[in-house]
Amino acid sequence: MPVLLQVENLRTQFYTSAGTVRAVDGISYTVNEGETVGIVGESGCGKSVGALSILRLIPDPPGKIASGSIRFQGRDILAMSDEELRNLRGAQISMVFQEPMTSLNPVLTIGLQLCETMELHLKLTPEQARSRATELLGMVGISEPERRLQQYPHHLSGGMRQRVMIALALSCNPKLIIADEPTTALDVTIQAQILELMKDLTKRLGVALIIITHNLGVVARYADRVYVMYAGKIIEGGSASDIYHRPLHPYTLGLLRSVPRMDRPRGNRLIPIDGQPPDLTREIEGCAYRPRCSFAVARCEHEVPPLDSVGGGHTSACFEKARLQGLLKEAS
Amino acid sequence: MYGYILKRLLLVVPTLFGAALLVFTLLRLIPGDICELRMAGTGGYFDEDAIQTCREEMGTNQPMLGQFLSFIWGLMRFDFGISMWTGQPIVSEIALRFELSLQVAIMATIVAILVAVPLGTISAVKQNTWIDYVVRCISIAGIAMPSFWLGILIILGLLVTTQHLFGTPWMPPIAYKPIWEDPVHNLSMLIWPAVATGYRYSAVATRMTRSALLEVLREDYVRTARAKGLWENVIIWRHALKNAMLPVITVIGIEFAFLIGGLVVTEQVFNLNGLGKLFVESVVNNDYTMTQALVMLVVMVFILVNFLVDICYAWLDPRIRYS
Repeated sequence: MPVLLQVENLRTQFYTSAGTVRAVDGISYTVNEGETVGIVGESGCGKSVGALSILRLIPDPPGKIASGSIRFQGRDILAMSDEELRNLRGAQISMVFQEPMTSLNPVLTIGLQLCETMELHLKLTPEQARSRATELLGMVGISEPERRLQQYPHHLSGGMRQRVMIALALSCNPKLIIADEPTTALDVTIQAQILELMKDLTKRLGVALIIITHNLGVVARYADRVYVMYAGKIIEGGSASDIYHRPLHPYTLGLLRSVPRMDRPRGNRLIPIDGQPPDLTREIEGCAYRPRCSFAVARCEHEVPPLDSVGGGHTSACFEKARLQGLLKEAS
Repeated sequence: MYGYILKRLLLVVPTLFGAALLVFTLLRLIPGDICELRMAGTGGYFDEDAIQTCREEMGTNQPMLGQFLSFIWGLMRFDFGISMWTGQPIVSEIALRFELSLQVAIMATIVAILVAVPLGTISAVKQNTWIDYVVRCISIAGIAMPSFWLGILIILGLLVTTQHLFGTPWMPPIAYKPIWEDPVHNLSMLIWPAVATGYRYSAVATRMTRSALLEVLREDYVRTARAKGLWENVIIWRHALKNAMLPVITVIGIEFAFLIGGLVVTEQVFNLNGLGKLFVESVVNNDYTMTQALVMLVVMVFILVNFLVDICYAWLDPRIRYS
């Protein structure tokens, strides 16, 4: 499948009074057309900042994309003029945010917020935009779409609002949707509905999807490929089943052992990862995960392990991946 | 909504009663007597009997409760009686000046809004750039500078510039004519006090617009608007400003109500026969009936403005619904 988005060596930094925060520290990944890619990691690992960087939505100041390139269909987003960027946002790449309660403007109707984007990007007349908006709301499973268009966000529940956000994201036939923790703020039952809806619609319409989440379960079920982030870097990447069944980085392994799983016998203890993620205002020497890692060896202290391929599109940034591979073989 | 309006209207009654009680009591706590003032105004000896007669005429020798009740009774019939000082009917005395004061207040408000909203907006959008610093200097100057002083500067400036341009100095007209009689005359007279007070008034509103907008620009829905690829103008004017206007409207409303009776010195500077001047005169003269009527008028204006501000809230923010 042709490559749609290619992020290379992206660095996004925040200049604060406490020092420079290296929120995203040289990540590279690709998204193919129509593919669903998951980016996982704990809070503060830079996954949201990385996502916002794609559309250059990082507030500046204090944030800045320090280096790297983001190529979308071959064009570098970081080199685009304001005009080109405006034509990209919402039209080619759209976003679904984490907080459905605050992501819609409280003083404007749902209809206006849906239609203004389509009138701008698709050059629709107000009537055409309205009828398409009705159609879109129906598509994301909102009842009485006609009436909803006249309503304000506070008339809708959180799950409903996230459906509106999805309709908004789909409205201009984008090539790529970036969903930044789209279900974190929702009830568990609603979470599954929203994810199913996104999966279903993106597959049907052939839209590529990046799901940013801290939930490994989400990734396992919905993503084709997964990247695991830690301290601003990608430390492992591969197919969902590689990551889930054959993790080759101690951090991924730690994450998997700390969440309950349906495919393991009950009664197994959950093993939390000791320690804290590193302070990103400091320069980190060696592997950022080393202080929490039980596989650490001497060279981890001074050398940053490169993200190497282990075959079949599976990559891992760990010096000891051979040892991990051996352990996995033994276990199975 | 109608229920709410009705409730607000019913609340006007106790508010007015409380204000009436307060102004009545406070006035009578001020030392001095209108009759003595009137007689002494002519200087020298005055007759004790004459004062007594005068007091009987004014009704100030009546028991307090009786005086209060007749004041309230008058209020209920919109009959404020005659001024103790001039002997003229109060309603016509006030009507003469209310028109002018109202017009200056409205014009000053328009000036303030025209200045405050664009300046506050640009200042917030260009935060921490030289534009922002210039706007903040302008608004700090507005808060620091008394409007009568600015008024004097405006008059001086007018004299000097017109002298320079046309050879003869030009002054705004002194006699008041209603706007429907002679709009050019009227506006060329009242625009200057409106600018002088409007500038000061805009300073507060500019700062309010700036800080409210800065807060709104950090909201998630503004980020959503950016992610939709909207024009920056649309983001500011449609998505951000409507949300930022609530506190600004509150400030504008309160200032407007204040302007109706509060332009004492500015009226002096521009030689306007407005309510502020009447207010001060009637207090100085211990003119109970006139002061009471004026205070009640200002109270009514405040009540009305607050009500309008609340209606504006509901209009701007659909989450606010009164029931």
